[in-house]
Amino acid sequence: MEDDAPVIYGLEFQARALTPQTAETDAIRFLVGTQSLKYDNQIHIIDFDDENNIINKNVLLHQAGEIWHISASPADKGVLATCYNKTADGKVVTCAAVWRMPAELEPGGHESPEDAASPAHALELLCHLGPAAHGSTACVAWEPAGDGKRVISLADNHILLWDLQESSSQAVLASSASLEGKGQLKFTTGRWSPHHNCTQVATANDTAVRGWDTRTMSQIYCIESAHGQLVRDLDFNPNKQYYLASCGDDCRVKFWDTRNVAEPVKTLEEHSHWVWGVRYNHSHDQLVLTGSSDSRVILSNMVSISSEPFGHLVDDADLSDQEDRRPEEKSQEPPQDSVIATYEEHEDSVYAVDWSSADPWLFASLSYDGRLVINRVPRALKYHILL
Amino acid sequence: MAAAAAAGRGPGSGPGGSPEGPEAEAPERRRKAHGMLKLYYGLSEVEAAGRPAGPDPLDPTDLNGAHFDPEVYLDKLRRECPLAQLMDSETDMVRQIRALDSDMQTLVYENYNKFISATVTKHHCSPFQAPNHQCDPRGVSSDTIRKMKNDFRKMEDEMDRLATNMAVITDFSARISATLQDRHERITKLAGVHALLRKLQFLFELPSRLTKCVELGAYGQAVRYQGRARAVLQQYQHLPSFRAIQDDCQVITARLAQQLRQRFREGGSGAPEQAECVELLLALGEPAEELCEEFLARGRARLEEELRGLEAELGPSPPAPDVLEFTDRGGSGFVGGLCQVAAAYQELFAAQGPAGAEKLAAFARELGSRYFVLVERRLAQEQGGSDNSLLVRALDRFHRRLRAPGALLAAAGLAEAATEIVERVARERLGQHLQGLQSAFLGCLTDVRQALAAPRVAGKEGPGLAELLANVASSTLSHIKASLASVHLFTAKEVSFSNKPYFRGEFCSQGVRESLIVGFIRSMCQTAQNFCDSPGEKGGATPPALLLLLSRLCLDYETATISYILTLTDEQFLVQDQSPVTPVSTLCAEARETARRLLTHYVKVQGLVISQMLRKSVETRDWLSTLEPRNVRAVMKRVVEDTTAIDVQVGLLYEEGVRKAQSSDSSKRTFSVYSSSRQQGRYAPSYTPSAPMDTNLLSNIQKLFSERIDVFSPVEFNKVSVLTGIIKISLKTLLECVRLRTFGRFGLQQVQVDCHFLQLYLWRFVADEELVHLLLDEVVASAALRCPDPVPMEPSVVEVICERG
Repeated sequence: MEDDAPVIYGLEFQARALTPQTAETDAIRFLVGTQSLKYDNQIHIIDFDDENNIINKNVLLHQAGEIWHISASPADKGVLATCYNKTADGKVVTCAAVWRMPAELEPGGHESPEDAASPAHALELLCHLGPAAHGSTACVAWEPAGDGKRVISLADNHILLWDLQESSSQAVLASSASLEGKGQLKFTTGRWSPHHNCTQVATANDTAVRGWDTRTMSQIYCIESAHGQLVRDLDFNPNKQYYLASCGDDCRVKFWDTRNVAEPVKTLEEHSHWVWGVRYNHSHDQLVLTGSSDSRVILSNMVSISSEPFGHLVDDADLSDQEDRRPEEKSQEPPQDSVIATYEEHEDSVYAVDWSSADPWLFASLSYDGRLVINRVPRALKYHILL
Repeated sequence: MAAAAAAGRGPGSGPGGSPEGPEAEAPERRRKAHGMLKLYYGLSEVEAAGRPAGPDPLDPTDLNGAHFDPEVYLDKLRRECPLAQLMDSETDMVRQIRALDSDMQTLVYENYNKFISATVTKHHCSPFQAPNHQCDPRGVSSDTIRKMKNDFRKMEDEMDRLATNMAVITDFSARISATLQDRHERITKLAGVHALLRKLQFLFELPSRLTKCVELGAYGQAVRYQGRARAVLQQYQHLPSFRAIQDDCQVITARLAQQLRQRFREGGSGAPEQAECVELLLALGEPAEELCEEFLARGRARLEEELRGLEAELGPSPPAPDVLEFTDRGGSGFVGGLCQVAAAYQELFAAQGPAGAEKLAAFARELGSRYFVLVERRLAQEQGGSDNSLLVRALDRFHRRLRAPGALLAAAGLAEAATEIVERVARERLGQHLQGLQSAFLGCLTDVRQALAAPRVAGKEGPGLAELLANVASSTLSHIKASLASVHLFTAKEVSFSNKPYFRGEFCSQGVRESLIVGFIRSMCQTAQNFCDSPGEKGGATPPALLLLLSRLCLDYETATISYILTLTDEQFLVQDQSPVTPVSTLCAEARETARRLLTHYVKVQGLVISQMLRKSVETRDWLSTLEPRNVRAVMKRVVEDTTAIDVQVGLLYEEGVRKAQSSDSSKRTFSVYSSSRQQGRYAPSYTPSAPMDTNLLSNIQKLFSERIDVFSPVEFNKVSVLTGIIKISLKTLLECVRLRTFGRFGLQQVQVDCHFLQLYLWRFVADEELVHLLLDEVVASAALRCPDPVPMEPSVVEVICERG
């Protein structure tokens, strides 16, 4: 069974920011933000036509500055948030803002690629996430299951919860907390847990991972020295409560059970340089995607800690007899974690990887030189999981 | 014979007339011949001394001498004598030879005669005839025969007379017998009656005798009497008088049995007497089964006392006797006692058959197991001790002592159980030695850590690394050897259990080789690997030098030590077991893997140290508003210094390794290539505002042709590879950090200066200097990309600044 060749798309600028259009569940669409200090930055809307294996793109101008982080609203297809650099008075400050895409692009953008040359549309600014007084914003996270009204932003050592009001045109600071401690503490990244009614957020600063309760804005758990060096990214297992993946500069990917943070549940050490991104597959959480500055993307099969027993989908209906059947299944085919594939299409550091929100078997990775690669889970594995 | 005869004639003796010399001459001649014969047979010394001294016997020219040498003699003659004399002596010689020949013939003939006559005599003689008759055979034979004939004739007459007399005597005797026949019969009858009366008397007296015997304590006698009378009494019990006797006897016997049992029970008088009691009781027809039980119960009581004694020695109080003494006491006290009981039992109750033997075996098993429990407890106390020879000797005694009852009581399986205990102790010993080795190794490592920590305070770094390595290696090896020697005691020839199959096979192969030696090497590798597994923050506690040292140690093990140790083991313990053992190659592979992991970890740790420095330096600086660079930043100098220090450190333990061939003007070239590439090369467009596509295109094309750099790639066992790894990690970190910042014009220029400085100093450490160029180029290019106002510094200025700093 031949696997489809990867599809490669090249951007003109350096890029680090990648997100699927979370609210879009039909079309395979990714948003990529560029980084250029000299030209107007852009947001590329990449549409992937799965049947024809063709990429369609739309370009939106993001004149505010180079984009360090991008995240799409889970409720409104047209809304996204970016963190961008602003240079003022010889200082660089990273700000965050919520934007709306021009309406005509929203439905799916039937523009032909040639039209990209025509003057690009600009994003419509909805609101800034607060004054820059809090410091440089590292990351913006939307409430995963919400109506797209609640957003967390991480600025230096502050964690800020915003309420977006009046169709997102106004951001009101609902609550905030800040991390106090020795030295200059700075959040590097954060994720909002989809479990527990979306009341938990995990953040990373230096080598530590912390959990926060958004209702009280207080710390729930803390994994000191989760990694030997800086923690670069986090992700929650979408199907299994308490399970969290983290990656960092020690080249490792670690899986945690946040109820017992003394030891990681599992550690992967496949990359040969810093791991910049880790993502669980939204449907089949044994599939874990990691991207690293060794220019590789690795897809791993973490069967032993997945919510699905190997080769079977868990149906809530037969969960009980699933329990009964489990022992013999295990004896038949003991789950084995393994690397499914290593993708080497990139030639520069890969700073972002993500799964498509529409097709669970498809993912994109973005390297610094502006190369976006779209890959699929190998068919053999796909059928193995499905059947 | 001819030579002797020829020698018989002296040169001085005149011609002896006719060959058949007169009788008078014969004795002398014969004596001479005798003399010569004796001389020939080496007997003559004493006799020769008695005779007048002749010519010097050692003179080789003396024809009659023992040392006559014909050559010398001839020589002498030819030299000394004129021709005439020579001729004379020739004739003389010829004559003499002839005379000798005839003499010889005579001699032969004479002797032949004598032989014949002697043979004839012999034929006629009786074998009783004295041998001296033959001494003078001449004229004797006929006399002898005649005399013998006479004698025989006389003897025949006397024999005839003897026969007649005998016939007369027989006749008389027959007559007497006939006469006495009658009386004889009567006498026999009387004698029979007498005997019967005596027996009856004995029977009548029996009760009183028995009583007396019992009173006197002569139980043996009493039992013998009773035994003799019993059958008779039994037979005639229908007669009232006999019945009365029998009743009396039974009463007395019962009393006797009672007393015997009493004595038996009191039992203070030792096993032999007890055995006697039992023997008597058995003779009295007491039920054997009951006696068996009682006998064993008595034996048990005694042995239990022994056991209690042993247990008391075990005691909770520490001053227990040493293990040798303990097993000695157990051996002589308990095992000796058991042997006695068993031997006595088998002697007494041999008639009991298999049931009896089974009972004894059960008895021995039970007590034996209790004994073993005690011994094991004692041996367990010994486990902490380090003196193997004492232990082995104690075990040897223990085992040896149990072989005796083992042979006696094969069914009780005591010897097997003992062997099992010995095996168990041996196994535990092995485990203990393994632990000892492990802790010794850990101790070594602690020492190394301390040594590594100490000189650093003094300001001198790692000069003793090679020495430390040698120390660790030698002390570990000596510990291994000591353990081997100590364990080897178990298989010494003189030890009684060394020829058991376990000690010949499994102990050597599975025990010593596998679990001790292989186990230790594995655990050593594991210990070493644990230093790698500890995560970064804890791993920081491990001094990198220790990692390096362990890596080298493992590598040394791989190359030589493992095979040496295993060969040593195989030689000392001639492994006869066929069970599969870990091959040397597997162990070597494991050690190599460990060494590789350690070295890789070392690279990571050191790379991390330098990375952190670089990262802090990039992250904490405000690159936008920095001033025009005047100097290389201090951190870069520090990086170079640290790298040099690492280079020295690694160089202490690892060989140089291979570099890619460098051009002769390497340093020059690096500089020119580096700066010119930036000047005219691929990154030039990015500095001037032109189409952004070009940058990407160019850098992508450039990347197409350069190989992918694996940052944390496995290292090889040489200095260059290690240093390359560390530098790669550091520079990649620098690159990633630079990409996260935004630079002002002077910030970019500072990066330029810094990179050039690194370029100048780092190329010499790596295998392929192209790699350093590539990474540094990329750092500068990235910095240029991250700069809104990229104006590069003049290469010449960069050069000047770097040379100055």
